Amino acid sequence: MADVITFYTLAALILIFGLLVVTTRNTVHSVLFLVADFLAVAMLYASMNSLFVAAIQVLVYAGGIVVLYLFVVMLVNLKRPPEEVRDPARQTGLGGVLAGVVLAELALIAVANALDPPATDAASSTAGLTEQVGLALYTDYLIPFEVASVLLLVAMVGAIVLARREL
Amino acid sequence: MTSTHYLVLSAALFMIGVFGVVTRRNIVIIFMSIELMLNAVNINLIAFSLQWGNSLGQVFTIFVIAVAAAEAAVGLGIILALYRNKETINIDEMNVMKW
Amino acid sequence: MMVDQVVIPALKILIVLNAVLVGVTFMVLLERKVIAWTQARLGPMRVGPYGVLQPIADVVKLMTKEDITPVKADRWVFSVAPLIALIPALIVFAVIPFGPEVSLFGRQVALYITDLNVGLLYVVSVASIGVYGIILAGWASNSKFPLLASLRASAQLISYEVAVTMTLVSMIVSAGTLSMVGIVNAQESQQVWYLFVQPLAFFIFFVGGLAETNRAPFDMPEAEQELTGGFHTEYSGMRFALFFLAEYANMIVVSAVATTLFLGGWLRPFPNVAALSFLDLVPAWCWFLAKTFVFLYIFLWVRATLPRYRYDQLMRLGWKVLIPLAIANVVVSGLVKVLL
Repeated sequence: MADVITFYTLAALILIFGLLVVTTRNTVHSVLFLVADFLAVAMLYASMNSLFVAAIQVLVYAGGIVVLYLFVVMLVNLKRPPEEVRDPARQTGLGGVLAGVVLAELALIAVANALDPPATDAASSTAGLTEQVGLALYTDYLIPFEVASVLLLVAMVGAIVLARREL
Repeated sequence: MTSTHYLVLSAALFMIGVFGVVTRRNIVIIFMSIELMLNAVNINLIAFSLQWGNSLGQVFTIFVIAVAAAEAAVGLGIILALYRNKETINIDEMNVMKW
Repeated sequence: MMVDQVVIPALKILIVLNAVLVGVTFMVLLERKVIAWTQARLGPMRVGPYGVLQPIADVVKLMTKEDITPVKADRWVFSVAPLIALIPALIVFAVIPFGPEVSLFGRQVALYITDLNVGLLYVVSVASIGVYGIILAGWASNSKFPLLASLRASAQLISYEVAVTMTLVSMIVSAGTLSMVGIVNAQESQQVWYLFVQPLAFFIFFVGGLAETNRAPFDMPEAEQELTGGFHTEYSGMRFALFFLAEYANMIVVSAVATTLFLGGWLRPFPNVAALSFLDLVPAWCWFLAKTFVFLYIFLWVRATLPRYRYDQLMRLGWKVLIPLAIANVVVSGLVKVLL
């Protein structure tokens, strides 16, 4: 019972904050809702007994990536009003309907092919423990792991080159 | 909680991200919508990791987060460079390849 | 069942939160006294004997002051920012181990709120949320000094967070666990405080801790001479008090984490010397509090002694000295662990 309440509360929070991110006019408020959304997703991971990923989600996403967004928003937003240009050619309603249709389709597929409940429930699952994740990461997936680190290095160099005022 | 619950949640979050990408013109918000979509994917991966009792889903979530960090750094660098040159963050005004 | 799962955790949370908040108010008094004594002054003397009731007077003053919101401020963010700064500082205490399991009124009670198996990561990740409070406070005030201060503060926090997290990695290598209780137990079974195993990590952690709590000599975000009052220039009354609480609670967090990681948490001094076993007569949690207090005193001592760094010196220290040292420390601890 408790896990049902947890799931629906967190799901509601995630979706509400997600909607606020894409609909709020003020970009800084939007970034704030994004942080709240990521924290709710981290709590969802924690409720699925994936504590390591939950901690990484907070540390890297909420504490790192979104701070970058906030910096950029503050840099590019200082001189302009928070509202963006209203464009009459923009068809928000049509976009919403399209998203709704695809969502209904995806949900239909997911429900029609419903999976059996997992053999072990979330509370006793060991798949998310730090030890298991670390073992998988450093044995079977060592090469993808190293590739990811090279990717981060390339991205770092790229970001510095792009953000420099003169080359 | 069956995996279907998580899949439907993830699909809904993904479509919110799609809605943001197709309706907003502020390039920073479009980027944030993409982050929402990546999070939806991560929820899926974790749900399947739980379903099969396998750590593989967790490992791929970590890779997705690493790629998202790289993408955010480069993407925001591009936004800053564009803003410096064109004084705008409206994506409709960024319609030339070269100037 | 009901008592173990609801009543006892709720009681623990209540006790820890109250202890932290009361501790913070008296930290302010202690800071004024220590700095006064360093400068051959007396410090606050008027309220109560030797000024010990000064914190109560301060709290009453802050609560009754007018709460001003600037006209051009973003009201919503302006009110939320102090809470965003304070809450992460308080919820970190959930994983701080104040003592081992003891029997209390015939019941086994652990002297920590919870023992997460990712405890150390939890501390780092929750602490990384606190930076939002500072950035948003500066931005929402819509005023130039707070904005400059908050940009400085966030750049400083992000830079030093890298070095501190790297030292924590080498501590994880030493202890072989991420759980805070597990780290103390590892120091007990290895018969040594990690201060003596990882002195460099301790140094980097402490300097990084000073920078992350925005304390002197790294108090650039609040440099009165340059920035009037820092990111909370426009705040007054209770909201200002919340920032104050957050700063001092963060100091207590850094001290408590340093105690757990490097000074053996609740273990008595020299846990490997049997001749000193009479020290076990002192309850374990007293040792924890005493060690934490030593760190808090060093914080004040450093503030009273060292002049402020310049901003470029601060960044150079963080990126060119501490981060390379921390990475080298991880490599060396890994090699030692594998080879020995």
